[in-house]
Amino acid sequence: MALVVIQFFPVTLNESDTVPQSDFMIVNQVPATINNQLQVSCYDCHSNNTDYPLYSKIQPAAWYLEDHIKEGRDELNFNEWDTYSSRRKNSKLRSIIKQIESSEMPLDSYTLIHGGARLDSTAVKEIIGYMESLQKN
Amino acid sequence: MKTVTRTIGTMALAATMVLTVSCKDGNKNEPAAPMSNEMHQESMDDKDDMAMSDNQDAKAEAILNDYFNLKDALVGDDNDKAKELGNTLAQSLKSFDASNYSDNETSELNDIIEDATEHAEHISESDIKHQREHFKILSKDVTDMVAITGTKAKLYEQFCPMYDGGTAWLSKEENVLNPYYGSQMLRCGKVQREIN
Repeated sequence: MALVVIQFFPVTLNESDTVPQSDFMIVNQVPATINNQLQVSCYDCHSNNTDYPLYSKIQPAAWYLEDHIKEGRDELNFNEWDTYSSRRKNSKLRSIIKQIESSEMPLDSYTLIHGGARLDSTAVKEIIGYMESLQKN
Repeated sequence: MKTVTRTIGTMALAATMVLTVSCKDGNKNEPAAPMSNEMHQESMDDKDDMAMSDNQDAKAEAILNDYFNLKDALVGDDNDKAKELGNTLAQSLKSFDASNYSDNETSELNDIIEDATEHAEHISESDIKHQREHFKILSKDVTDMVAITGTKAKLYEQFCPMYDGGTAWLSKEENVLNPYYGSQMLRCGKVQREIN
């Protein structure tokens, strides 16, 4: 019964039609393969636009996801890349590199369902190399 | 028939989710950390300019002091203590008001404080490996802050060539105790610069 009731609790969806000028891909000339991989592996939780999976229509999955997405976006929002100071960009780049290097990101719970989000060793190398190229000393 | 199977499947999935989430909910009663944000928005309206300037010096010194305590906790491999001190440092950083400096300095300081606060907050909730990763950038932030605010204390910038391709930190003592390795390699490093 509770399960039926909670289906009627709405969540605010993280969806947006427009990509702002401050977006990581617009600010940087990101090579196409890396661009695609980042969109698939990171943007669901680290931008203002989530491509919601089917199971997100069912409560309480929607709440669970909402939490995750909010947390991810607060930590790093690729759409707002250019609003970060250059010091902060460097910090974020470093964290991105560390997280990917140690396979902490993308989250296992995410790649379990979104197979395409998993980064193979080539993708890891490419992304890290690219992020390093953006770092300033 | 197919729909029935699918419905049952969906319900099973939903039930699993309920279980997962109810476990998670168990922890939700703990007070949320971000409250600190408001606590430190104390206004400074009632203080005149002179007091403010002294006050800002004191706040920069407080940040340094918190930073050194945090460094000592990392030297001692004390994850819990470092968490606590990361939080203390985050509070001190948030109460710093950079508006009393020149425009350029204010903007630079605001960037530094914003970045440093984020690192301090991460330190307050991470394992020791992550704490040390964040401490590296935090150290750079604090060093850059001191370059603008100055400090009364004599400081030593120390450097360990082994950690993460070479990493610096600040210390009040000349004696090298390494916060990135702790007991694993306590003495790794040297003084590379003296401040004051």
